[in-house]
Amino acid sequence: MFGSQRLKWAVYAGTALFVLWSVVSLLSGVTLSRVSIGVQNGYLLLESMVPPETSSESLQRVYTYLFETVAMAFVATFTGVLLSVPIAVGAAENLSPKPIYLLNRGIISITRSIDELIIAIIAVKAVGVGPLAGIIAISYLSIGFFSKLFAEDIEDIDMGATEAIEASGASRFQTFVYAVIPQVAPRFIGLTVYRWDINIRSSTIIGIVGAGGIGTLLMRSFSRYEYDFAGTILLSIIVVVLAGELFSAYVRRRVT
Amino acid sequence: MLETTNLRKVYPTGDEALKGITTTVNGNEIVAMIGPSGAGKSTFIRCINRLTEPTDGAIHLDGTELTGLDDRAMKTARRNIGMVFQEYNLVERLTVMENVLSGRLGYVSNWAAFRRKFPQEDIDRAYNVLETVGLAGMENKRADELSGGQRQRVGIARAVVQEPKILLADEPTSSLDPESSHAVMELLTEIAATKDIPIIINIHEVPLAVEYADRILGLHDGELVFDGPTANLDDNAKDVIYRGVEPPTSNVDRDVEVPSETGDELIQDRPTVAGD
Repeated sequence: MFGSQRLKWAVYAGTALFVLWSVVSLLSGVTLSRVSIGVQNGYLLLESMVPPETSSESLQRVYTYLFETVAMAFVATFTGVLLSVPIAVGAAENLSPKPIYLLNRGIISITRSIDELIIAIIAVKAVGVGPLAGIIAISYLSIGFFSKLFAEDIEDIDMGATEAIEASGASRFQTFVYAVIPQVAPRFIGLTVYRWDINIRSSTIIGIVGAGGIGTLLMRSFSRYEYDFAGTILLSIIVVVLAGELFSAYVRRRVT
Repeated sequence: MLETTNLRKVYPTGDEALKGITTTVNGNEIVAMIGPSGAGKSTFIRCINRLTEPTDGAIHLDGTELTGLDDRAMKTARRNIGMVFQEYNLVERLTVMENVLSGRLGYVSNWAAFRRKFPQEDIDRAYNVLETVGLAGMENKRADELSGGQRQRVGIARAVVQEPKILLADEPTSSLDPESSHAVMELLTEIAATKDIPIIINIHEVPLAVEYADRILGLHDGELVFDGPTANLDDNAKDVIYRGVEPPTSNVDRDVEVPSETGDELIQDRPTVAGD
């Protein structure tokens, strides 16, 4: 009792000290004049984005890159999910023997540990600038997410049904087809659409490191100080991401 | 004919759930297995088709020894053993027909199962069985649309469509209301007669067992303490089964009133009383 009470206060004090130290060290160079200059610059940047550029040639470029973005997300979701399914089955404790379970859980943890931009940079270095790098990066990132959540859904199934079908003399494969797949199919569809929606968002940003998609165009417009064009791009990203989110929410509501 | 010889099961926790069960089930008799919770009734039934792996002993079904079979041979053997579960264990999202047909999976190839394609004769069988269990016309309903009694009928249909040599029922009435329980017991009795197969039913409602069974197996603490015609189940026999009061020949001093899970704690907390 006494020990845990003391530990609690130690944790509080440690946290408070750490926050204080972070604030002091990060803000030590900040002065009032710097803040006001920063705010002014920010305001100017926003102002130069309005009105967004709407010449038909620019809009055409935005369409082209937006299409590339959505297509990248689509292909990457497909390959990512395809690669995830065996890993998810392997990482489901109720279906897989311990060593396979641990191996697949390990794969999931590793794929989840590196952020998407880092993966995108590596992919660009490996296969060159362009959407292929983006597809590889996003597929890779889908694996960790999809396998982990899908494995948990598989672990949640009613094993009674599985057992009953096994008891009738069905093979493991047949049991999987008859008892596992029907139980996880709705969640599978829901998760796929959800991941597709996340992947659209991811594919808008990884263009910044050269991995294709609308981010490429955004980066270019910033480096050329075409802020009104950047404004157009940002608006288009918002529209596409929102549309994807609405679609995904709709589908998920329908299937589960 | 099912024959178990000295069937033992020790769980990894060290619990000895079955302490050597030797019995024979024959013809088309209805055998009710009764006993307090934790006596090993479920373990016994599940050991027969090896959903639970027995530790020791032998099981013969029509001359085939089951405990020594490899995976493939055991699959084939399981086709001859139908099983009905307490919680029905249907695939809720599949239709009644698909659930019944899943009882035929042992007879079709993986590829056919993948395409959900069954031979016409299996489909005819399924329709017949659905009629037997009183669910004719329900084949396209989803299992989760049915009532408990109807689900259990689907569960029975799935077991019967296997055309098994024996039917095992693990507490088939425990999740049902009294009316459905009677209906299920009647159905099982009818199936034993028409299909000419024996049925072992785990059941904890003694009146139901007495009403429908030809023979009673009484299990207490992993031991078979009663095995005889239903008529011989008198109050004394029930005491032996449920309270472990045994004939004077063996030691009477077992702590049988205390449920096994909490028994140890209770004994520790209780002061030792002389003459207890």
